Amino acid sequence: MKELILAKYGEIALKGLNKNTFEDMLIKNIKRRLKPVGKFEYVRQQSTIYIDALDENTDLDAAIEKLRTVFGIACICRAGVFEKDFEKICEGTYEYLGDTLKYARTFKVEAKRADKRFPMKSPEICRELGGRILERFSHLSVDVKNPEVTVTVEIRDTNAYVHAVRVQGAGGLPVGSSGKAMLLVSGGIDSPVAGYMMAKRGIHISAVHFVSPPYTSERARIKVEQLCEKLTAYCGNISFFCVPFTEIQEAIKDNCPEEYFTVIMRRLMMEIAQQLSEKDDCLALITGESVGQVASQTLKAIACTDAVCRMPVFRPLIGMDKTEIIDISRKIDTFDISIQPYEDCCTVFTPKHPKTKPTKEEVEKAQNSFDFSEMIKKAVEETEIKLIKF
Amino acid sequence: MIYFDNAATTAPSEAAVRAVCDCMKNTFGNPSSLHTLGIRAQQVMDNARKEIAGALAVPPETVYFTSGATESSNLAIRGAAGTYGRRKKRVITTTVEHSSVKEAFKRLEEEGFEVIRIAPDENGEFVPDDFIDAVDENTCIVSVMLVNNETGAVLPVKEIFSGVKRRNSETITHCDAVQAFMKIPVKPNDIKADLVSVSAHKIYGPKGVGALYVKKGTRLMKQNLGGRQENNMRGGTEAVPLIAGFGAAVSELSGTFAERMEKMENLRRYLLEKIGEIGEIFVNSSENSVPYIVNISLKGIRSEILLHFMEEREIYISSGSACSKGAKSGVLGEFGISPALEDSALRISFSHENTEEQIDEFVDALIAAKNRLRR
Repeated sequence: MKELILAKYGEIALKGLNKNTFEDMLIKNIKRRLKPVGKFEYVRQQSTIYIDALDENTDLDAAIEKLRTVFGIACICRAGVFEKDFEKICEGTYEYLGDTLKYARTFKVEAKRADKRFPMKSPEICRELGGRILERFSHLSVDVKNPEVTVTVEIRDTNAYVHAVRVQGAGGLPVGSSGKAMLLVSGGIDSPVAGYMMAKRGIHISAVHFVSPPYTSERARIKVEQLCEKLTAYCGNISFFCVPFTEIQEAIKDNCPEEYFTVIMRRLMMEIAQQLSEKDDCLALITGESVGQVASQTLKAIACTDAVCRMPVFRPLIGMDKTEIIDISRKIDTFDISIQPYEDCCTVFTPKHPKTKPTKEEVEKAQNSFDFSEMIKKAVEETEIKLIKF
Repeated sequence: MIYFDNAATTAPSEAAVRAVCDCMKNTFGNPSSLHTLGIRAQQVMDNARKEIAGALAVPPETVYFTSGATESSNLAIRGAAGTYGRRKKRVITTTVEHSSVKEAFKRLEEEGFEVIRIAPDENGEFVPDDFIDAVDENTCIVSVMLVNNETGAVLPVKEIFSGVKRRNSETITHCDAVQAFMKIPVKPNDIKADLVSVSAHKIYGPKGVGALYVKKGTRLMKQNLGGRQENNMRGGTEAVPLIAGFGAAVSELSGTFAERMEKMENLRRYLLEKIGEIGEIFVNSSENSVPYIVNISLKGIRSEILLHFMEEREIYISSGSACSKGAKSGVLGEFGISPALEDSALRISFSHENTEEQIDEFVDALIAAKNRLRR
């Protein structure tokens, strides 16, 4: 019996004239994701992509696992393919869903007749097929409100498809369909989650990381690269920018009042990230900030940081609790890497009593005691770029 | 490159590398096989066993190969508890053991044993009577390390174990001798140890192999279940090439104890003299420590930062214990080192191949670090 995978998209279906662009992007992303699993043929029709393995020994479960990380897909079904003949559909259903139905107690049938040439109308298909299933599996009862198994029959242009199990897709929009943005990634729990969330809205991610040897360890950088590698499962390839930051941090330490260290550091990071963004065609910055989490994430501190930004800064975690962020980081499998105990540059020279309510004027005054522009230029020039591949 | 992290691991000697490669190429047989190839492999192991037994001054059949000292200590402690611990529920150790011993006792504690952990006195010295007083007729095992891996402190194992045996001759004594083996004399009979753990990679041998001395008549409950290898003490095909490398490393070091020790004494004296000139550097190791481990603190600079600073100059040292990847072990605190000094503690560990010129370079880097990193 023939089987294939139906990937149904949610939001893209609502797009107007741009729909094609979104679909192309989605298929491109799916193809890349499924490459290690096998060769497939892709047909799109009525807000669904039909993914048909060319080799019948292909591991469709592995393919579904991969598809679950592709943004733009709302739900995924593994379906039996049958001729558009009611008797054949019934026979096929018994065989294809036999095990599922045998161990269920309640079920219902849903029908979608996209091909209006099919002689039976949807309610009729439901009734008839439901009756046949009851005859065959007499222990079952029908429950239209809350069935254990929903048998779905789709009558499409070329074939009929029958499936009972639908797997939730990653949702969102295809990565790349919304342009590119630069993620500031430290190595903690938050930033990878922030990157994941923006990728979900179709943004292609580049990542920037600041290193301060000898204050930070090479292990810290390796850890961040590992985090980015995990993200590629969702985001695709990531351009990774590694900025040498020691000189700037030492200059902050030597020239600025201690309680402003962190805010000034954040402002300089933003400036460097923007300059790199301009080079890399990124249209926005992404950070993992969440209001009130640490001293540099109070509203006043964020306002001071934002004051140096010429481009939009997305903070998808801004209203989330740590526990909610951790839940996502576990889901995307970055948590265990994030909690490795290597020092990152954010904790170098942390002031004992940071200003939690700095004003823009105070910070500017503190920062202006030293001209950082040459150092920034040098840091940008000496930034190492690496492509982290999916 | 200057390598001052020999307590973490050592660069394998030429002889050890050659022995491993030779064995992989020419003696690939399974020592348990009945045919000639098996016998050849068995002979390679027997030779290595003799070397190690010779260094410990014990009969070869009392040396059992393992995957390393962690496994040796696990086998010793859990194995002895398994055999003798059914009714005897008291076990004794120190507060400064390596994690391989510490964790084994933690597990015994979870399984219902009463674990007594003896700390050093206010001078950072262990008092043998503290151990002996803790022994009763229900004491199953006493485990004390010979040389501490973080400070180099030498523990009075002989005094402790002799006293323990006088109090209760049936109590099993185990000594983790990893940082002592082939550097200072380790003679199980002399220190009254029934079980002694040693490792190959701390003495210029390969990683992944170690040994456990088990005194004749001491029965250990097998931990690695499988075939009847190693006289039915440890299941699993033996790592013959690594064992060959272990033997070669030991063989090379035998007979050079005195001269290597003298070299390292001189290195320590030179280092302490030089850092004395810089000032503001605290030496955490006590005077009766082994010369090849020197623990110091440059107050105000966190260990990890100084370590990376040195690394940039291709000088390799360690903060705390290498096994805990930067996590504080608390052992220095037990020895009476203040938290501030503990945060900035560095471990310099010599091999006999280090030189005074390397110490000069290291001291220059320390001065540079002090000027640049302190705030």
